[in-house]
Amino acid sequence: MAHDADILIVGGGLNGPALALALAGEGLSSVVIDAQPAAARAAADFDGRAYALAIASRRLLAHLGLWERVAAEAQPILEIKVSDGRAGEGPSPFWMHFDHAEIEEGPMGHMVEDRHLRPALLSAMEAAPDVTTLSGETVASQEVGPGGVSVTLASGRRLTGALLVGADGRSSGVAERAGIGRTAWGYGQTAVVCAVAHERDHGGIAHQFFMPGGPLAILPLAGRRSSIVWSEREGRAADLLALDDAPFLDALRPAFGSFLGEIAPEGARFGYPLGLSLAQSFAAARVALVGDAAHGVHPIAGQGLNAGLRDVAALAEVLGAARARGEDVGAEDVLERYARWRRFDTAALAMATDGFNRLFSNDNPILRAVRDVGLGVVGGVPWLRRLAIREAAGLTGELPRLMR
Amino acid sequence: MSETNPRGGTVDDAEIAKFEAMAAEWWDPSGKFKPLHMLNPCRLDYITAQIAGHFARDLSSRLPFEGLRLLDIGCGGGLLCEPMARLGAEVVGVDAAPRNIPVAEIHAAQSGLAIDYRVGTAEALAATGERFDVVLNMEVVEHVADPPAYLAACSALLRPGGLHICSTLNRNAKSFVMGIVGAEWVMRWLPKGTHDWQKFITPDELSALLRSAGLTPVDRTGMVFNPVQWTWSLSDRDLSVNYVTAAVKPEA
Repeated sequence: MAHDADILIVGGGLNGPALALALAGEGLSSVVIDAQPAAARAAADFDGRAYALAIASRRLLAHLGLWERVAAEAQPILEIKVSDGRAGEGPSPFWMHFDHAEIEEGPMGHMVEDRHLRPALLSAMEAAPDVTTLSGETVASQEVGPGGVSVTLASGRRLTGALLVGADGRSSGVAERAGIGRTAWGYGQTAVVCAVAHERDHGGIAHQFFMPGGPLAILPLAGRRSSIVWSEREGRAADLLALDDAPFLDALRPAFGSFLGEIAPEGARFGYPLGLSLAQSFAAARVALVGDAAHGVHPIAGQGLNAGLRDVAALAEVLGAARARGEDVGAEDVLERYARWRRFDTAALAMATDGFNRLFSNDNPILRAVRDVGLGVVGGVPWLRRLAIREAAGLTGELPRLMR
Repeated sequence: MSETNPRGGTVDDAEIAKFEAMAAEWWDPSGKFKPLHMLNPCRLDYITAQIAGHFARDLSSRLPFEGLRLLDIGCGGGLLCEPMARLGAEVVGVDAAPRNIPVAEIHAAQSGLAIDYRVGTAEALAATGERFDVVLNMEVVEHVADPPAYLAACSALLRPGGLHICSTLNRNAKSFVMGIVGAEWVMRWLPKGTHDWQKFITPDELSALLRSAGLTPVDRTGMVFNPVQWTWSLSDRDLSVNYVTAAVKPEA
């Protein structure tokens, strides 16, 4: 049977398009089915969203020809300062400081804004001969047969391929229709995401303060601007999201501090309910999952997109090798290679971020003492600190070829 | 051992019967043929690299083996035929066990691949005068009754300049422990009696057999099972149990 494409990808966010480009590099054709209409995706105004790309992710973008399109607008992260704070008391004396000078790979990561990354992906997809995008289309049903998989779109159109990839987020329809269950729990927290302009230079330093209501991350953007990821208990977060700019800044200032001078809001504010959502499997018959569809983790360490891109690189490598051997890229044993590769990494990350959050989002004086000492230990032992830097930079574990 | 077996080849009837009993679940990677499915990527890496190297083909292209005529002897359910056809080769698969052929045909049709499957032996096919650019002879030679006659037929099936790829099991204490005790008695990967250790062939013996058949050996490589990663990989050094060879039929 002649398929419409080798791989059908559901989800036009960041992981789906990145996978389509990576597969094109491996000689595999794909169709990307995106629920968003084309016009919505191309909108280029700043909406405040930005990503902390680890070194490994930056290398993937470079392999895909995307890094050169966003590099000029990217802000290198030169240092990370992690500390335990309680409003009104200032940071505790124990804190961790990670400096990129301690590892050889250059900056630990880069901040890239959504408004730059998204158009770069879109134009690269348009230029790629083996990538077709269907915008404004949703999947109504999917069916697995012995020689391939087919999807029927809401528009009635039917497509076939050797493999169906779900890059459709933490409530993945692809996973659900394939009968892959999920383990999910919420943290009762919501991340308030926005950008602020500030008076002083941030010097490329990222800050993470652990507050009783949840962590507050201040991530440097190009120019005198920073991206804020402020996790708070649900009720409080809803209040923060509803506030006008001036009272929102009044609420932010005590946590943010004054080290960057006066602050002013930029762009809109978004709320992301925080929770862990793990698919029980990375693959089913002729189905594979990437990104949040496989593992929505707590964004505490900015590892959500990085973990998704790692799925993308691993899946593209496994499928590319299978294609070059003449194997059926949707075969069970091929998909098992991908699942086995990613399963361990992901479980470790989910447990680490979950545990970290439970430990830190707490005002219990005993836990506070424990984590202060813990931060002091990691921060004070050079090899432990270097390991933590390499972990944050995405340089640990078995790296896919596209990330080396 | 029956030189005059009724099928007209040197394949041992008792050996065929053993495989006929195993022929149903060919394409289930965790079924009866799990060991072959596990070994397959490693075999395919070797085969594709050797063919690409010998015929100057680019494996990153869509149909790198287009225009090559390839024969797989002992094709079973088509675990090697299908990948070769997917890479563009014109594939003939022969198997002495009739029950394998319909299984292979049904699966190829499901996969949308055109493959010419036939019941038969290398000897019978050679007698018809058919010729190929590549002959795959994987894990067969240790099962035949008369290896020199069998390899002579394989050689006759090649066009001058053609490539012969042949894998088998080494004969030594380790291959007895791994190939018979481990694979058949302990892991139960293969039914007891699948292999007869006495019929295993050392790499030097195989080289000599290939030369007598008129072929020039050009490569020998080990296939090694890693019990920690649970995968097979190719090894330049370790040919102690499973190994694979490439040989070329000289230009006329």
